[in-house]
Amino acid sequence: MTEPLLKVKGLKKYFPIHRGMLGKVSGQVKAVDDVSFYVNKGETLGIVGESGCGKSTTGRMLMRLLEPTEGSIEFDGKLLSDLSKEEMRKARREIQMVFQDPYASLNPRHSIGKILEEPLIVHGIGDARERKKKVIEFLEIVGLSSYHAKRYPHQFSGGQRQRIGIARALMTNPKLIIADEPVSALDVSIQAQVLNLMQDLQKELKLTYIFIAHDLGVVRHISDRVGVMYLGKMVELADSESLYSNPLHPYSKALLSAVPVPDPNFTREQILIKGDIPSPSNPPTGCTFHTRCPFKMEICTKVVPVLTEVEKGHSVACHLYNEQGQQ
Amino acid sequence: MSEMAPNATIDIVVQQDQSVGPWKEAWRSFKKSKAALVGAGIVVFFVLLAILGPWITTEGINDQVLKDRLQPPSAEHWFGTDDFGRDIFSRIVHGARISLMVGFVSVIGSVVVGSVLGILAGYYGRWIDTIISRIFDIMLAFPSMLLAIAVVSVLGPSLQNALIAIAIINVPNFGRLIRSKVLSIKQEEYIASAKAIGMKDTRILFSHILPNSMTPVMVQGTLAIATAIIEAAALGFLGLGAQAPAPEWGKMLADARIYLINAPWTMIFPGLAIMLTVLGFNLMGDGLRDALDPKMKS
Repeated sequence: MTEPLLKVKGLKKYFPIHRGMLGKVSGQVKAVDDVSFYVNKGETLGIVGESGCGKSTTGRMLMRLLEPTEGSIEFDGKLLSDLSKEEMRKARREIQMVFQDPYASLNPRHSIGKILEEPLIVHGIGDARERKKKVIEFLEIVGLSSYHAKRYPHQFSGGQRQRIGIARALMTNPKLIIADEPVSALDVSIQAQVLNLMQDLQKELKLTYIFIAHDLGVVRHISDRVGVMYLGKMVELADSESLYSNPLHPYSKALLSAVPVPDPNFTREQILIKGDIPSPSNPPTGCTFHTRCPFKMEICTKVVPVLTEVEKGHSVACHLYNEQGQQ
Repeated sequence: MSEMAPNATIDIVVQQDQSVGPWKEAWRSFKKSKAALVGAGIVVFFVLLAILGPWITTEGINDQVLKDRLQPPSAEHWFGTDDFGRDIFSRIVHGARISLMVGFVSVIGSVVVGSVLGILAGYYGRWIDTIISRIFDIMLAFPSMLLAIAVVSVLGPSLQNALIAIAIINVPNFGRLIRSKVLSIKQEEYIASAKAIGMKDTRILFSHILPNSMTPVMVQGTLAIATAIIEAAALGFLGLGAQAPAPEWGKMLADARIYLINAPWTMIFPGLAIMLTVLGFNLMGDGLRDALDPKMKS
């Protein structure tokens, strides 16, 4: 049994809504509302959900790029949520992030060599010569060449830039990589290349990934376990296999039924969910999904369902699966 | 390790130059614009004039030859003489030094002060931003010339005080420009990634945000030098800038007013000098804008 590298408990992020001249707080956007999960060493946890469900906010909070409103983040035995600003800055050496938009995540005025060297400078790793050597080494690891170090971001394609983004994240030998939609800005053919690269790197360097995406196919390809988020809450968390073969939460079912299957003769029952995602500044009472749920019961409008393990390694937050709901 | 990513072949980037930095690229597109090159040429010409002035002119700027008063342009006095019999050519050459100095120094002053205030306001936000922005708003509520006159009347009329006044009135322009630029760059993903890497605030500010917000400042700065030269001339004209007998172009214009009909050259040449310098900086500024920030092109 491997032990968890990262344990997240009761993570919340509420953004205050300011109104008027004096900036009085008139409400809150509950971007992430009480999310708990863990990630084991060497595995990949996928987090899926539609836009605005809080998956990126969760990712950024893990690195404390956004300060959590509440909750604890334990990484490798250290409570990240208690570290001072300076301690957290140093701790980032161990956790790195790959960003969504490879066109925006590289400083256009820095050469690739400089971009890759910077993490080493910041954390005081090696002298100038060793750093240069390491830059070239990592350029080659991600499938680029040493002469690319002199070039600037605008001279690369999207896929190449994302490789650079991955190389930058690897420079400090981190244990955990948070990948925030790393391939959603890329062409489908390039997506596969980058995903394969990430998988190869994971094996080679024994990395742990948190992989945030909205594309279920991509997540299935890379993840060991998958969490489904809806409106700031984790509604289902299960092994990749069991989630894809047997989704429990009505929202997961609907999501999975919307994944296209590359077979023209394939027909299936699509579960359509009606309406829009409600506003996180004024979420529905009880289960946040009840406004769109085809299996809505009375209890759903009143009681918030808790994420509970219903099968081994398969948790779901839905009244359909707990005792109260079954009565 | 190279065999671990079989799909990792790289499409070849077709580019002759191995490393085309953003600055090199900007210089290339700057060179393409004829107007910008003409502007840069004029600016370089006046800068050389200002530096080499004493070696170009033979006559002293304040040598009065009263029998040669108000002489029209001739081989001896290229631009004629003024009402004290001073050689106008020599005075204009030396005036270039004054005007360019006022232009450069005042703009550098307002860029430095404006940058610091703008960065503070943009990066730290909240109440710091509120205070700084409101001060800018108040300063911008006055017509700039009026504000300059007010500053000079407090400090007393002299070239140095005119320079300070011009620097002060330009601060809010640069401050706002940088503030807005910092605000937008702060949201860029490469700043988030810099934080994620574990960079300190100061490093993010000086090695990422500042260099990326400098291009509009360079454009605005070049154009502001032109405005500053006009403002200095205007203050000189009003008697609030350089004092006699300094060969300041605006002051020369003012002194020449009464000889407009009888000796128009006393007025034409200082006027031309002002116009040409301003034109040079404006053309260069427009060229810079097109080269550095294609999105700003109107």
